Amino acid sequence: MKSVIVEAGARMLVALLLVFSIYMLLRGHNEPGGGFIGGLTGALGFVINAIACGTATARRALRFDPSNIAFAGLGIALLPGLFAALFGDPLFTGQWLFIGATEDSKGLPLSTVLVFDIGVYLVVMGSVLTLVFALEEEV
Amino acid sequence: MGAASGHDAKSGPGLLAYLPALGAAALFLALIPAVTPVASGEVLRWGVDWVPSLGVRFSAVLDGLSLTFGLLITGIGALVMLFAAKYLAGHIHAHRFGLYLFSFMLAMLGLVVSDNLLSLFVFWELTSITSYLLIGFGHADAKSRRSALQALLVTGMGGLALLAGFILIYTVVGSFDLEVVLASGALLKESPLYIPILVLVLAGAFTKSAQFPLHFWLPNAMAAPTPVSAYLHSATMVKAGVFLLARLHPALAGTDAWLWTLTLFGGVTAVFASVMALKQTDLKQALAYTTLMALGTLVLFLADGSSSYAITGFMAFLVTHSLYKAALFLVVGTVDHGTGSRDARVLGGLAKAMPVTAIAAALAGLSMAGLPPFVGFISKEVLYKGAAELPLETIVTAFALAANALMFAVAGIVAFKPFWGKPRGETPVSPHEGPWQMLLGPVILATLGLAFGLLPWIKQSILVSPGVDAVLGRPGEAEALRLWAGVNLALILSLITFALGFALYIAHTRLREALILWGDAAPSFDAGWDRFLDGLKALAAWQTRLLQSGRLVNYMAATFATLLVTLVLALALRGPALGIDFDTLGQLMVKEWAIAALILAGVLVVTVTDSRITAIAGLGVVGAGVALLFITYGAPDVAITQLLVEVLVVVLVALALLRLPHLKPEPEPRRKLDAVLALAIGGVVTLITLMVVSTPVDRRLSTWFEVTAWPEAYGRNIVNVILVDFRALDTFGEIAVVAIAALAALSLLRARRTGAQKEEAGQ
Repeated sequence: MKSVIVEAGARMLVALLLVFSIYMLLRGHNEPGGGFIGGLTGALGFVINAIACGTATARRALRFDPSNIAFAGLGIALLPGLFAALFGDPLFTGQWLFIGATEDSKGLPLSTVLVFDIGVYLVVMGSVLTLVFALEEEV
Repeated sequence: MGAASGHDAKSGPGLLAYLPALGAAALFLALIPAVTPVASGEVLRWGVDWVPSLGVRFSAVLDGLSLTFGLLITGIGALVMLFAAKYLAGHIHAHRFGLYLFSFMLAMLGLVVSDNLLSLFVFWELTSITSYLLIGFGHADAKSRRSALQALLVTGMGGLALLAGFILIYTVVGSFDLEVVLASGALLKESPLYIPILVLVLAGAFTKSAQFPLHFWLPNAMAAPTPVSAYLHSATMVKAGVFLLARLHPALAGTDAWLWTLTLFGGVTAVFASVMALKQTDLKQALAYTTLMALGTLVLFLADGSSSYAITGFMAFLVTHSLYKAALFLVVGTVDHGTGSRDARVLGGLAKAMPVTAIAAALAGLSMAGLPPFVGFISKEVLYKGAAELPLETIVTAFALAANALMFAVAGIVAFKPFWGKPRGETPVSPHEGPWQMLLGPVILATLGLAFGLLPWIKQSILVSPGVDAVLGRPGEAEALRLWAGVNLALILSLITFALGFALYIAHTRLREALILWGDAAPSFDAGWDRFLDGLKALAAWQTRLLQSGRLVNYMAATFATLLVTLVLALALRGPALGIDFDTLGQLMVKEWAIAALILAGVLVVTVTDSRITAIAGLGVVGAGVALLFITYGAPDVAITQLLVEVLVVVLVALALLRLPHLKPEPEPRRKLDAVLALAIGGVVTLITLMVVSTPVDRRLSTWFEVTAWPEAYGRNIVNVILVDFRALDTFGEIAVVAIAALAALSLLRARRTGAQKEEAGQ
C-alpha cells in the first residue's frame, strides 16, 4: 500500500524528527530530553520512513545495520566509564572541560557525560530499529 | 584412543609446541629461590586488594604446603608438557591442547598459593573448567564428551557446596583471609555452624578428590589423552581436594566428626579402589583406580587432628605418589605410543624393544610397590607408624595394609609384567622405544623416587617437613624419614604387605576374571549417575509441561495472581497501621478527574472490544492519559518517554496485527475469573497507592539530588543527571539489557522465518 501523500509527508517528518532527536539529546542535561528520549525520537523518524517507503529504503537511509548501531552505542557508552580510570576516579565519573569559561558563563561545556548520553542514544535507537525492521520484514 | 588415532606421530613438534613446557619449567625455577626461606620456617606472602569493600584480596602465600604443591605442579607439569609436545605432535589441535594444559597448570598453581578463600574458590572452579576442556579434548568422541561433562558436573556441584562452606566460614570468622581463618580454629569448632561448614567443605573436597561414592568420574576421565591422565592424577586436579583438606586442617580438624568422616570415606575409597584396580585390563584404568586408592589413603591420614606421624606420612606419601604415578602414566603413554596397545592381557616382553621405558617403569613400579630402598618404602613405613598413632588404629592399619598389598600387586601388573613377562599376543604396532621427549619425564621422575629413597633428608627438608608444619599449624613436629628405622611394628607390617601383595600378584589373572564376573552383577555407580541425570531431565520436562502452557493469557493470570497474593499479605500485615487520608482526594481538580475519566474510558474500551485495533487504540488512550498525569505533576521527561513508547508500541502492534486473527473471546467462566482478578488487583493497588500518598514522603534523596545536580554534575535536569552521571553504571547495565533484548528478539524472529522456509521447502 503506497501512498504519495504519506511518502511526501514522511520525507519532511523524518528530517524534522531526526534533527529534533539530536536537539533532545543535546539539551538533555539541563532541559527535558536526553539519550533515551532522543534515541526514541530518532527511531520514530526511521520507523515512519520504513512505513512510508518500505524497510529496504529505511535500511539504506540508515546505512548501518541497526543491531550494529546498538552495540557500537554500547561500546561508546563504556568509553567514558573507562576514561575516568585515567584520572584515578571510580568507574563512570564524569569529566568536564569548559572551553572559554568566564566568571559568569560556563563557556562551551564538553563532558564525558555527553559521550555516555550519545551511547545511550545509539543503543536505544539501534535496538528499537532492530526490532521494528525485523517485525516489518516478517509481516 | 591415544597414539593410534588422530595424529601423525612422524612429523616432529614445532618450536611453538615446546612453549608450555618451557613456561612451566620457568615457573618451577622461579619457585626454587623460595625453598630455603620456607624450609627455615618463613611464610612468604604477597598480595594486592581486589575487592576491598568485600575484604577480598588477590593474595598469594608460600608456606611449606603450597611450596611443595607448587614444585610438584610446575615440575611435573614441565615434564608432562614436554611429553605432550611429542605425544600429540601433528595433531591438528596440538597447540590448543598445550594451551589447555598450561591454563590448567596456572589454575592449579593459583589454587595452591591462594591466601584468600574467595580467590582459592575462583581458582578451584578454573581447574574444574580447564579439566573439562582437557578431558573432552577428543570432542568428536561421544564417550569423551560424556566423561568431560560428568567430571564438570560432579566437581561443579562440589564447588558450589564449597562456596557455601566458605561463606559460612566467613560469617563465623569475619574474614576470607586464610591467615585469619587458620588462626580461628577454636572459634570455628565451637560455632553451631561447624557441622554445616564441615559437610559443605568436605562435599567440595570429596567430589574433587573422587572419594567413594562420587569416585566414578575419575576413571571415566581416562578418556583424555595420556598426558592429561598423568598430570590430573598425579600432581594436580584430584589432589586439589586433598590439598584443601590439608590447608584447612588447622582450622577444622580435631573433632570427632572430622575424624570419623575422613576415616570412613578415605578407608572405604582406598579399599574399594584397590579391588577395582585389580579388575582392570586396561593399564591406564588400573592406574586410575590406584590413584583413587592413593587419594583415599591421603584422606585417611588427614583424619587425625594432631598426630605428627600421620601428617608426616601424609606429606611423604603425597610426594612419593606424585612422582611414581606421573612416571607410570607417562610410561603407559609411551607403551601405547610404541605398541598401539594398553591391554594388560596382551602386552609382555617389551623390555628388549623399549629398554629405557622398561627401566623407568621398573624404578617407578618398585617405588609404588613400596620396596626398599625406594621412597615408596619410606612413605609406607611412616604411614604404618602414623596408622598406629591414630585413635582408630586397628581399622586404619587394616585399611592401609589391604590397600598397600593391593597396590603392590598392581605395581607388578602395570610396571613389571608388560616389560619382563612373557608376550601373550600381537600388538597393533611392532614395539619400539619412545623418543627422548617422552622418556625424559618418566626417567627423571622415577630416578627421583630412588634418589629420595637413598637420601631421604633432601626430600624431608625441602618437601615434607615444611609441609607438615603448615598442615599442623605449628613448627618442628615433622617425624624423621629414615630408610632403616630398626625392627619395629612398621617393618613387620611391611613384610606382611609384601607377602600379601606377592600372593595377590601371582593370583591376579584368576582374581581378575572373578572380579569381572562379580563386577558385572554389582550395581554400577556410573550407571547410577546416568539414571540420576535422566531423572533430573524427566523432572524438568514434567514441571515444564505442568507450568508452561505456552499461552500468554495463562502466564499473565499466574503473574497477577501471585502479585495479588503478596500484596494482600503485605496489606494484611502492615496495612492496619497505615491510614488513608481522604482529604487529599478533595484537593483534586477538574483537570485530574478528567484525566482519570479518560484513562477509565480507555480501559473500558479495551475490555469489551473484540477488535484488536480498537483494543490497541484503547491502550494508547490509557498510555496517553498516564503521560498527561506525568506532565501535570511536573515530570516532563517521564511523560515524553511514556508517549514515545506508546507510539512505538502502537506501531509495533499494528505491524503484528496484520497477521493476527480476530480476538476470540475466552470462554465465559474464564472471562469472569479474569475480571475478578483484574478488579482485585486494581482495587488492592489503588488502596496501597492511597496509603502511600497519605504517608509523608522521605525527601532526603530528592533534595540531595536537587542541591547537588548543578554544582557537582553541571546539569539542571535532575532526571538526566541521575541517568548519565550519578547512576551511570546502572544506566549502562540497562542499555546493555536493551541491546541484548533487541538481539534476542531478532534471532527469535529469524529462527521463525527459517523455520517457515524449511516448512515450505518440505512441502
